[in-house]
Amino acid sequence: MASTVGVIFSSINDENVPELTRVRSMGSVPYGGRYRIIDFALSNMVNSGITTVGVITKQNYQSLMDHLGTGKDWDLARKEGGLILLPPYSDESETLYKGRLEALKGATSFLKKCKQDYVVLSDSDSVYKLDYSDVIKFHEEKNADITLVYHEHKVTKSRYYITFDTDKEGRLDDICINPVARGVKKNYINVMVARTSFLLNLIQDAIQHGYNSFGRDILVPGVKNKNLRLYGYKLEGYYANIDSLVAYFNSNMDLLKKDIRNEVFGARDVYTKVNDSAPAKFTDGAVVKNSLISDGCVIEGTVENCILFRGVKIGKGAVVKNCILMTDNYVGHDCNLAYVVSDKNSIIRDNRVLAGCELQPYFIGKGSLI
Amino acid sequence: MLRKKECVAMLLAGGQGSRLYALTSNIAKPAVSFGAKYRIIDFPLSNCINSGIDTVGVLTQYQPLVLNEYIGNGQPWDLDRTFGGVHILSPYEAKKSTSWYKGTANAIYQNIRFMKMYDPDYVLILSGDHIYKMDYDKMLQAHKETGAACTIACMEVPLKEASRFGILNTNPDGSIYEFEEKPAKPKSNLASMGIYIFSADKLYKYLELDEQTPGSENDFGKNVLPVMLEAGEKMFSYRFEGYWKDVGTISSLLEANMDLLGVQPKFDLNDEDFVIHSRSPLSPPAYVEGEVKNSLVANGSDIEGKIINSVIGTNCIVEEGAVVKDSVLMGNITVKKGAQINYSIIDEEVTVGAGAKIGEAKEDACKLEGKTAGITVLGRGITVKDGGSVAAGEIVDKDV
Repeated sequence: MASTVGVIFSSINDENVPELTRVRSMGSVPYGGRYRIIDFALSNMVNSGITTVGVITKQNYQSLMDHLGTGKDWDLARKEGGLILLPPYSDESETLYKGRLEALKGATSFLKKCKQDYVVLSDSDSVYKLDYSDVIKFHEEKNADITLVYHEHKVTKSRYYITFDTDKEGRLDDICINPVARGVKKNYINVMVARTSFLLNLIQDAIQHGYNSFGRDILVPGVKNKNLRLYGYKLEGYYANIDSLVAYFNSNMDLLKKDIRNEVFGARDVYTKVNDSAPAKFTDGAVVKNSLISDGCVIEGTVENCILFRGVKIGKGAVVKNCILMTDNYVGHDCNLAYVVSDKNSIIRDNRVLAGCELQPYFIGKGSLI
Repeated sequence: MLRKKECVAMLLAGGQGSRLYALTSNIAKPAVSFGAKYRIIDFPLSNCINSGIDTVGVLTQYQPLVLNEYIGNGQPWDLDRTFGGVHILSPYEAKKSTSWYKGTANAIYQNIRFMKMYDPDYVLILSGDHIYKMDYDKMLQAHKETGAACTIACMEVPLKEASRFGILNTNPDGSIYEFEEKPAKPKSNLASMGIYIFSADKLYKYLELDEQTPGSENDFGKNVLPVMLEAGEKMFSYRFEGYWKDVGTISSLLEANMDLLGVQPKFDLNDEDFVIHSRSPLSPPAYVEGEVKNSLVANGSDIEGKIINSVIGTNCIVEEGAVVKDSVLMGNITVKKGAQINYSIIDEEVTVGAGAKIGEAKEDACKLEGKTAGITVLGRGITVKDGGSVAAGEIVDKDV
């Protein structure tokens, strides 16, 4: 593969899931029993042969730093390149970055030092598997300026999103921001490829012209005026965007389906920080159906259609159905839980009954005592 | 700057472990899987780091590939250090003489130069085939207090089993007046655990002496320790209380795995104050759809069958209708539809075909005599064909 550097926005869509990002950045939202969402973008990069990755942070990135550490678990603890955290960087007059362009501006000194020909940019609020070297091959074939990766699905979002159309060559011929029309569209998934030098010029130009929206000020005019060669690359297979608590709930539950589980975890590893928890323990009273159970769990009650993270304890006689319980949750005896999403380290005392529903899971904040 | 380590640990990991039969055909005993996601060597290595000992020499000889790969640079145990850390010490070719490690003492003798690099005051000698949690620092403090040349960790065992061990006969103050290696008629039930702390100078001295003694078997228990005692060196016992198990036989290995089960197990792996570290594989959480009772299941497993009183390692697939009872599945094992596994130890990478029958129910099998006392053993990497069967107590290392 052509030499490539990766850039991950770890914090750009935090406001979509305020419940989960109150104490952390989007990238470090726990997912799938033992992962953080950034693991997917990061593992995609590593599995594509990328060995230099800059992670742009914004605020509340303690848990992200704790998770990433030196990058060792992704084989990114390197003398040459490796994992580099890019905390906000601004002139005295400015505040924290607001948009994607401003965030990239803070990363220009990092990008200038990189000798790699290409750069891959990805957000860290999505679950997907993609070999970026295929995108770069496509990019080279099309002689594109920017290649935007899209996934075809029904538009469901209520917040900021971009859809586009392409001609038969794959070149963008129309682009919409928050279109009113619904139905199946080519949804831009905020993953793009460009030459490093091209991206640097683009950022420089944007700063000079006072642009601040990548979509409105660069992509839309680029398509309209045909002065940028913008191409769309189709992502096949599973894609989940965590843009609300319900989306978070649903995409976790997707992992209980065998075909999706095999697609997400099979073939190529998803790397993550390794913890030394003991194997999961099931007692004589355990009844478990259709659930993901992580190391460190102790199950004495009934668990159905659940994702249990590391170290979750389910007491005797407790019945837990359709729940996502994050690391070190403690559920007392004879509790009854349905459609609950409980953040890390919470304690649910004996005999409690808690229920949400499919469209509105009941959320318990980190470290709560109920 | 002169740098030194107060205490260096030397871990004897070269043994073949012949009483584990097929389980150690291709790997050294310390690399044998244990407790669903561990290998035996995780226990002494974790003990070291939990005791503040960060310099460990691992002496390998027999089938070291899996063990060396597993230890790697020692990072999973926080033993990747710029000064100290874990080091694999294999036998080497020398200008004057080249030899394999002849005995436990000779293995340490051949690595005196390694120990001297760290200029230690004390050397801790460990073996790589025991399951236990122990704070070696407490033992080291006791060693310093008594001013002994050598301190031997020991624990009480049932008198009828005492003849399997090295037995210490001690004075009331804990000092040792007699050392008997596997005595036919033991005088006490205080068994050596194969854990020694030596004052470094004394260790070097007696290793040199042992090396020059013709006819010596170069073994700590048989040669070095008795010679030291005879020479009037101060030797003390250190009593350990807690769980300790030699997993050198098929039945003790199965038993130790079973000791992990239950809400209050005999040996607790869920101990936040004493974490056992391991090289954890990258697997998603276990998917459980079937029935799992009184068992351990590690990440990456996919359980759609029935698991009772068993330990299921990483990445095991147990298909619908399959039943695993009173058994240990080590890792990367596929048990196909309707297969029955009873009272067995199944090594890594094994495939058990649909409807196959492995072993007999524990109630019947455990009455059998023989090498494995009724436990059925399937060796690494084999395949049992659909509908195949393996009788109770058999050891299989080829496809059936």
